[in-house]
Amino acid sequence: MTRSNDLILRTMTVLIAFILFGFSIYLFFAGHNKPGGGFIGGLMTSAAIVLMYMAYGMEAINKVIPINYRVLTAIGLTIAVATGIGSFIFGEPFLSQTFDYFHFPIFGELELATALLFDLGVYLTVIGVTLTIILTISNDRS
Amino acid sequence: MLFAVFLPVLLAIFIPYLSKWKENIHTGFFVLLAPLAIFIYFIFSIGNGFDPVWQKYQWIPSLNIGFDFYLDGLSLLFVLLISGIGTLVTLYSIYYLDKSERLDQFYVYLLLFMTAMFGVVLSDNVYVLYTFWELTSISSFLLIGYWNHREGSRYGAMKSMLITVFGGLSMLGGFILLHLVTGTTSIQEMIAQADVILQSDYFAAIFAFVLLGAFTKSAQFPFHIWLPDAMEAPTPVSAYLHSATMVKAGIFLVARFTPIFSGDEWFFVIVSGVGILTLCWASYMAVRQTDLKGILAFSTVSQLGMIMAMLGFGTKTAIYAAVFHILNHATFKGSLFMVAGIVDHESGTRDIRKLGGLATLMPISATLAFFGTFSMAGVPLPFLNGFYSKEKFFTAATELPETSIWLAELLQQAIPYLAVFGSIFTFVYSMYFVFGTFTGHKQLEKLPAKPHEAPIGMLLSPMILVLGVVVIGLFPNMVNSTFLAHTAEAIYGKPVETHIKFWHGWITPLFMSIAVVVFGAILAYTRKGWQGIYTFLPGKLSFNKAYDFIVDQLEKSSARITNRYMNGSLRRYMVLILTAILIGAFSTLWITDGFALDTSDIASVTIHEVVVAVAMAIAAISTIFTRNKIAAILILGVVGYGLSLLFVLYRAPDLALTQLVVETITVALFLLCFYHLPNLREQTELASQKFTNVAISVGFGVLMTTVAISAHSTKGFETISDYFLEKSYKLGGGDNVVNVILVDMRGLDTLFEIVVLGIAALGIYALIKLRNKKGAEK
Repeated sequence: MTRSNDLILRTMTVLIAFILFGFSIYLFFAGHNKPGGGFIGGLMTSAAIVLMYMAYGMEAINKVIPINYRVLTAIGLTIAVATGIGSFIFGEPFLSQTFDYFHFPIFGELELATALLFDLGVYLTVIGVTLTIILTISNDRS
Repeated sequence: MLFAVFLPVLLAIFIPYLSKWKENIHTGFFVLLAPLAIFIYFIFSIGNGFDPVWQKYQWIPSLNIGFDFYLDGLSLLFVLLISGIGTLVTLYSIYYLDKSERLDQFYVYLLLFMTAMFGVVLSDNVYVLYTFWELTSISSFLLIGYWNHREGSRYGAMKSMLITVFGGLSMLGGFILLHLVTGTTSIQEMIAQADVILQSDYFAAIFAFVLLGAFTKSAQFPFHIWLPDAMEAPTPVSAYLHSATMVKAGIFLVARFTPIFSGDEWFFVIVSGVGILTLCWASYMAVRQTDLKGILAFSTVSQLGMIMAMLGFGTKTAIYAAVFHILNHATFKGSLFMVAGIVDHESGTRDIRKLGGLATLMPISATLAFFGTFSMAGVPLPFLNGFYSKEKFFTAATELPETSIWLAELLQQAIPYLAVFGSIFTFVYSMYFVFGTFTGHKQLEKLPAKPHEAPIGMLLSPMILVLGVVVIGLFPNMVNSTFLAHTAEAIYGKPVETHIKFWHGWITPLFMSIAVVVFGAILAYTRKGWQGIYTFLPGKLSFNKAYDFIVDQLEKSSARITNRYMNGSLRRYMVLILTAILIGAFSTLWITDGFALDTSDIASVTIHEVVVAVAMAIAAISTIFTRNKIAAILILGVVGYGLSLLFVLYRAPDLALTQLVVETITVALFLLCFYHLPNLREQTELASQKFTNVAISVGFGVLMTTVAISAHSTKGFETISDYFLEKSYKLGGGDNVVNVILVDMRGLDTLFEIVVLGIAALGIYALIKLRNKKGAEK
């Protein structure tokens, strides 16, 4: 996909991609209490990766991020289902969530919810799906 | 009895093995044992002190369906006919069918048919009766189409299947109504409740449905057309199914239900009216045929009409005569079919115009045919059983029951004359059959094979049947009180005592018989002179043509209707689907008076909302009117972003975020697709199509607006949202209620939504990566 010398785009991408990654991770973790969540977080991450693909081209990014996004989709779905099944271990119905507060050395008092694990599944699935679709279509040479 | 009924079908399972095991023995010899054993088993039931036997076996007790076998005089007569003639037909088929034929299939079908027939006549349960009834239709279909390489066989099999199954299904309808009215599935218990049935509201429907079944099966006018075409079957099949057993199933059904139906006055009009019409029409048509089996087929139809007419009369004499004639017809018609088969087998043709003078070459067959046809014609000779039943028929035709319906009175006036008319033509075709084949000029050069007398094995069965004709003719009272009286009693309900005599004295029936013989002889002698009448009546009219026309038109019009609405155009289907939704929804709103308007719960409108809404509306409208597709997509994006603005205004940040990103992706994908699309031809739409489109889309907009307003104005109960707002933090540990609902309270929905996304991704991947390489090259 690389054509002419688009130096400005590439330089900007390095900056913007990191900002986007950071923002998407913020959205993902903030989801429980602020606007955001796995879905929109996943979309943001995909946007960052797509931007990298646009700036640096297929081969370069495939080397930097050697991920098969179809496998990522499967992993995301597995995590989501596994959190559901996990509640069986505690004798609860499928997909029961719980939460509690823990004390961490640096962060102090923090809330940890099992819903976050489920959201992680959503997050990974969305990334996998979006990038599978976009990369498949843009890779098509016919 | 259960074993007797299912013995043939049990044997049928082993037939393919038997035919392979002993290849030098004709498979028919194994088959012969089954009907013979059953015949011997049942023959011992004959006697003066006969009482009905009732045996019950469970099948589906919860639905009141079971193998309840009821053996009274009526079923005994039929069981003996089926097993007796079954034995003779099997014997005949051993010599008729060569070993090179697919014998195992033939005998499997034949045994299947036997079981079905035993089941029909012995069942007391209407549903089991129906099951066996359809089994006779199916096995008869298979037997008629036995030589399935012939066009005619396939046509005949199809025709008989369509007509008999049509009747069978309507009969099932009648049975279901009977079950509903009486609350029982047993025929005998229904007979006990005859009054209930006669007074029920459904009686007319029951009556029509059950009789329709009987008339189609027994080839009554105008459903007789399948029987002549069924003559494409091998001759043993014709002799067995289409003269002695299956075509009498309808007769059996009418006889079985006579105790119920004869309480209604229309029973006489319909049953005897149809019967006598069938008798006259078929005997008239039989003279026209040139095929030996064609003559016999129409002859069978007319004789069945005669029996049906007598059942319709319903008097003591008539019932007895009907029963007697069932027995007699089975004997002489079976033998005649076998003789026709012999002639066909030995001379190679069944065309009566090519045959002639065979009496010297085939003396035994000729003798047998003379006995059979004279008995069929009812020639007054003391050693022919056909005469007795015909004489009884005339007696019955002159002693009709009292009635008050004008149509019945009219029919009563006509019946004696119609009976004589039908019998004259019966005489004519009988003479035509026997003299045309066995006397006159020999035309050996026209025959495909050099005719000679058949082997003794083939002659044995018709001999036994003719022996029956003569023995019953000589000693008619032999079968009277021991056998037929029980049958007649089962139909009539009261004991029937009749003494059969050859000589009654100078009474009306005798004069009728004499008239039949005299006029019949004159007409038979001058047949060539008046045969031109058939070009005027029926001329070009025929029920076959009507049948062909109906079948043809059904196929054509269904194709036309399907082509009409299934024209392959997606636009048409959309129009149909949306119109159906519009009609359904608006009429529901109209009928239930569902429109409601309640303004008390409406929030005030802000200027921001108005601006966004107006912008979206303008964008939406201009999407419709723009000619450029790329522009349309971009303008559509305005609507999407407007929506996400609305989400912001209505304080739904998660939705706004998601909508923003998803809209961007969608627009990008649309652009990608349209960039790659080939330049399509501009679709020009007719003015009428445009009008439909506008009308439907406006209608749909109005509908959805109406529904939305009505739904908003009618709140059945409080919303559940307060619960979520209240419990979100307490139970889910989060302040973002939307997210807590998504991942915690309604996590299952989310789980399956991401599954949907995954499937979509895999689908797109598969569509693009795994497409047909050939198609890609284009």
